[in-house]
Amino acid sequence: MNIVACVKQVPDTEAQIRVKPDGSGIEEGGIKWVMNPYDEFGVEEALRLKEKNGGEVTIVCLGPARAMETIRTALAMGADKGIHINDPVFDGADAFTTASALAAAIKGIPHDIIFCGQRAIDDDSAQVGAILADLLGIPQVTVVTKLEFAGSAVKVIRPIEGAQLLIECPLPCLVTAQKGLNEPRYASLPGIMKAKKKPVDVKNAAALGVSADGKAKVVRFVPPPARAAGKIVCADGTPEGKAAELAKLLREEAKVI
Amino acid sequence: MAKGVWIVAEQRDGAFRKISYELASTARKLADQLGEEVCAVLCGSGIEGIAGQLGKYGVDKVFVADNPALEPYTTDAHALAVAKVVKENDPAILLLGASTQGKDLSGRLVGKLATGLATDCTDVKIADGKLLAIRPMYAGKCFGEIAISSFPQMATLRPNVFAAVETPKAGAVVKFDPALDAGQLKTKVLEIQKDTSGKVDLTEANIVVSGGRGMKGPEGYAILEELAAVLGATVGASRAAVDAGWRPQTDQVGQTGKIVSPNLYIACGISGAIQHLAGMSSSKFIVAINKDAEAPIFTKADYGVVDDLFKVVPEFTKECKKLLA
Repeated sequence: MNIVACVKQVPDTEAQIRVKPDGSGIEEGGIKWVMNPYDEFGVEEALRLKEKNGGEVTIVCLGPARAMETIRTALAMGADKGIHINDPVFDGADAFTTASALAAAIKGIPHDIIFCGQRAIDDDSAQVGAILADLLGIPQVTVVTKLEFAGSAVKVIRPIEGAQLLIECPLPCLVTAQKGLNEPRYASLPGIMKAKKKPVDVKNAAALGVSADGKAKVVRFVPPPARAAGKIVCADGTPEGKAAELAKLLREEAKVI
Repeated sequence: MAKGVWIVAEQRDGAFRKISYELASTARKLADQLGEEVCAVLCGSGIEGIAGQLGKYGVDKVFVADNPALEPYTTDAHALAVAKVVKENDPAILLLGASTQGKDLSGRLVGKLATGLATDCTDVKIADGKLLAIRPMYAGKCFGEIAISSFPQMATLRPNVFAAVETPKAGAVVKFDPALDAGQLKTKVLEIQKDTSGKVDLTEANIVVSGGRGMKGPEGYAILEELAAVLGATVGASRAAVDAGWRPQTDQVGQTGKIVSPNLYIACGISGAIQHLAGMSSSKFIVAINKDAEAPIFTKADYGVVDDLFKVVPEFTKECKKLLA
């Protein structure tokens, strides 16, 4: 089985995000970079499929030089090889450009099933998986919390508002991973040692034949709107008094209950 | 020349989802500024009869594909149908909901239409005749203003953020043939397991009552469930509570859980880790109940109660019961 897992390097969830004074981007200094948590579920599922059914797991990642660290992490978890798409023209790439580059890289290798995270926690766009599937001409199942491999198809659980769907999708296909799919493993020490010797192919835009003229552009980054300082409800009161005052404020002032 | 503001309406079991009205009303506002029409695409089976209802929220024309292969929703069938009618009519702007369905469909449409998309927007406006979409990034730790250089300019709108406003228009129904080829329909929905609890999804709830590490264990949530029942609210949880196994993963609010924007968010025993704040700071009103006066959640709260939640919450439930009786 030929399995591909796409990964992205993103700021850790606890990172403070500061907008550059000119609004052109975020300050990268002091940020701890990690594998996108949803991509970890994808890598883990890829490894489990390989362990059960045999085959090979290829990691594909678009990002600057530092993203190599994230590829090595996935290799240390047990993936076999990597493709690193690294080209300064892709800095600030939109989802369409990113998916086009990933598609160009993946077209050249056999792929029965492709995993992506359901969204990356930096730009939160949640588009790349679906665009990639469309560009490759294969079906997608997104935001998956359970996956069962059944020969030439997968059966997955996809939660939606107020229900869960059981969906069958034939291979080749693309799956985007949601929390709950599995518990990703930590890389072992021998795994980390082995990862250093695993092959990673580095490609640029020209090698892939992809242009980087994106369609959607962030024209300005702005800090979130500040919330006005709130009030502490009768600080000296009893729990009963506070509860009564809170209910009154929500009813009469905020008018939300 | 691309023209018109289009929406992809969402229905389930022959009833419109609330997001459809939010989309229609927002599209109406944008279209009025441009002096253009609002059109909706509606896909499903046996739904032609409801299509006209969108007129009430400002839709001039509804393009309807009524076909058994479009029910229930699958990415394959809906993407083919919507892409076909959009290509034939060349709208300037195309809006979808940032619902589970809209998120699944919009990316696929970006591939088929080779255009740009701003997802999960909390504001959209017209600047110099073009769409300017404002959206949280890094889970709300910063915002981006997005411009799209291709057509249609696509955006998905965060549920519960945009007002549904009645602005009656014709809502004329135009049927179209989705031209579905069975060979292209790969995915199959084998089963729909409905949540029978009657609970509104966190992302659609008007009021959310959330509990964190301060709930001390799964039993602690009983008082939140009682409060939620009185307020008609949905219960959520912090990552700490979900990771501890106290609540299911589907209840998690935060950067790696659900992003919610209810009218009222009541955080109980939640300290307010940055990754939690990221998931709820677009709520209209925030209440924090926590015995630690230094907890970061109080910097986001409109109303803070510094006390033992196990004493305050049951009393608060009683008060609400009285008020709502």
